[in-house]
Amino acid sequence: MKKTIVFLTSIFFCTTIALAQEKSLPNIDVKTLQGKTINIQDLENDGNPMVISFWATWCKPCKKELNTIAEVYDDWQEETGVKLIAISIDDTRSMSKVAPYVNSSDWDYEVYLDSNSDLKRAMGVSTVPHTFLINKEGKIVWNHKGYIDGDEEELYEQIQHLVTKQNEK
Amino acid sequence: MNKFSTLLQNKMKNRFLTFLFLISCCNLIAQNNGQITGDFSLNLQSYVEDAAINAAAADEVVLNNAFLNLTYSSNNFIIGLRYESYLNALLDYDSEFRGNGVPYRYAGYTIDGLEITAGNFYEQFGSGLIFRSYEEKGLGIDNAMDGIRLKYKIGKGISLKSFIGKSRTFFTYAEGIFRGIDAEIDINETFELENATKYILGGSFISRYEQRTNPKFIIPQNVAAYAGRLNILNGGWNYYGEFAYKINDPINSLQENQMNYASGSAFTNSLTYSQRGFGITAEIHRADNMLLLSERERTGKAYIMNYIPTLSKPHAYTLLAIYPCATQAMGELGVQLDIFYKIKKGTLLGGKYGTKLNFNFSRINGLEGGYSILNDNQNHTPALFDFSQELYYSDINIEINKKVNKNVRYNAVIANQTYNKDFLEGKTPGEYGVLNSTIAVLDLSYRIKKGHTIRFETQALFSKQLETASKEAEGDWLMVLAEYTISPNWFFAIQDMYNYGNENESKRLHYMNLNVGFLKGSTRFEIGYGKKREGIFCVGGVCKLVPSSNGLNLSITTSF
Repeated sequence: MKKTIVFLTSIFFCTTIALAQEKSLPNIDVKTLQGKTINIQDLENDGNPMVISFWATWCKPCKKELNTIAEVYDDWQEETGVKLIAISIDDTRSMSKVAPYVNSSDWDYEVYLDSNSDLKRAMGVSTVPHTFLINKEGKIVWNHKGYIDGDEEELYEQIQHLVTKQNEK
Repeated sequence: MNKFSTLLQNKMKNRFLTFLFLISCCNLIAQNNGQITGDFSLNLQSYVEDAAINAAAADEVVLNNAFLNLTYSSNNFIIGLRYESYLNALLDYDSEFRGNGVPYRYAGYTIDGLEITAGNFYEQFGSGLIFRSYEEKGLGIDNAMDGIRLKYKIGKGISLKSFIGKSRTFFTYAEGIFRGIDAEIDINETFELENATKYILGGSFISRYEQRTNPKFIIPQNVAAYAGRLNILNGGWNYYGEFAYKINDPINSLQENQMNYASGSAFTNSLTYSQRGFGITAEIHRADNMLLLSERERTGKAYIMNYIPTLSKPHAYTLLAIYPCATQAMGELGVQLDIFYKIKKGTLLGGKYGTKLNFNFSRINGLEGGYSILNDNQNHTPALFDFSQELYYSDINIEINKKVNKNVRYNAVIANQTYNKDFLEGKTPGEYGVLNSTIAVLDLSYRIKKGHTIRFETQALFSKQLETASKEAEGDWLMVLAEYTISPNWFFAIQDMYNYGNENESKRLHYMNLNVGFLKGSTRFEIGYGKKREGIFCVGGVCKLVPSSNGLNLSITTSF
């Protein structure tokens, strides 16, 4: 029993130390809509922030979030240089609908497939949508679970905040 | 020195060593760019008895499902574990999930393009026709493998995967030992072709060993399945086809008259074209005697090791999903068509923001004469494209998504579904017959002011039995939902499902639910109270039967 307590306490301390750090993206492969394999750590945006958003074609709030952002995406890009990466967790049932949905929706996002949920697991995503903000060093600086109307405004405030902070440096 | 103090010293020494080890772990984490990520979820539910809806109370008063995932990664090294707690499992889970434990743990390393995993892993070959090991917490499915997996990238565009292991069932492992290998080659990348057309080829092989225990029959101890796949891409075009074959593998009931030595097969094909504002997907698939189990004499989801993707649209609205489609791996032939179109903004129908349309059609029938069967008394192989008149499922629907102005948007769906309840739910023919329902949904949201939105969902289902049936039908349903959200932290929802058309007047009941949620960053708390209808709940085309319930629910999820 004591051993377990010591063990759990130590795990807790280690976790606390590790949690205090800003996290990097994991070393995981995803696929492009063109069937090409790429590593998520190789994503970059010329030193500008990136948003990674997990979604699926069957997820209503996910589509609402990404459709809402799509309307203001041009402005966001112009003002902050941000790039949005949409990771679809559709499995083989609905994977073939991702490209037609994305194209017909006029999205300008980079879209990748994570059909075996490897990236989803590695980033601790239990439900979709889940959105991460990545700084130019590739570290996760903010993340948000779920989407309710208006959440995109908070996301944009975070992006602006990050850009201001990075410019000050 | 007496024995006791030696023991004590040893214990101290042990503890000191453990401590040292952990301290060095911490150091390693701090110095080596190592990091810990994970997530936690807790689901508590209390149940009260409700005779009207046939809901049972739990003896335990409160039931609990909880999970904690921890992953430590550093450069090329990764370890992970999941602690699971079922004290006791929620009523919609299999009662075999009982107690606490760490049923999922692994370590992995990547070097020179070789990725090694020891312990638990999830894997899928192609679209899963012959092998898929995955987890879906919502359904209580987790058939994680335990064993060794190697992934290797040989030069440009060629990747190999192989593994050996046993699959998880609840808190134990099934008898079958699986061996598998999968290869994929991107022709253009490997041969450095500059073609506009891109070809990706793949092949996989699975073998299962299970000891022969049945004294009466000489069952093969090693059985195999293999599959080949082809993906061709050109501009907006995308073709994907996969063909799978299973060598004779008698399963389930090993009795003389039911024994089946027939082989199994399956294929899935999809053709997609898309351009800006428009997309189309056409699919056809067929499965014949294509159930692959981790133990041959078992039944139940926990033992299924392959996946024939379901050929219907996964609906997100409650009444559209009351009669869901589930793949019949033993035999079915189905087609599906999806059209996505966005009416341009600035046009009459497009309005200021454009209008999005999605048309979807799917139809799934049985195979003529049933699935392949071969034994001393029977020998039947259905023809490749010969489908029977027995309809399993069909769905035709159209969805319109529109933003009217800055504050108003709506989503509307109209659908007509046919559902072979007797067949799909394993009832006696004639009990419920085939149901045809017309469903309409209007989902309207109105933004009151910055961050404040109110949303209404109105759904109606009109159902009729296509044949005379002996049992009373549930008939028509009505559902209304009102939801108020305050971004980024709060949501409040109230909903009522009313089975006003039940043929049994005493079952014309309301199913009322109240939910309050609080969200902050990556943490979400939700409290709900209400009644749930007995029914089939599906995720990704895999379904489970959920009992009716009445009670209070608390859920917490967070990730770090």
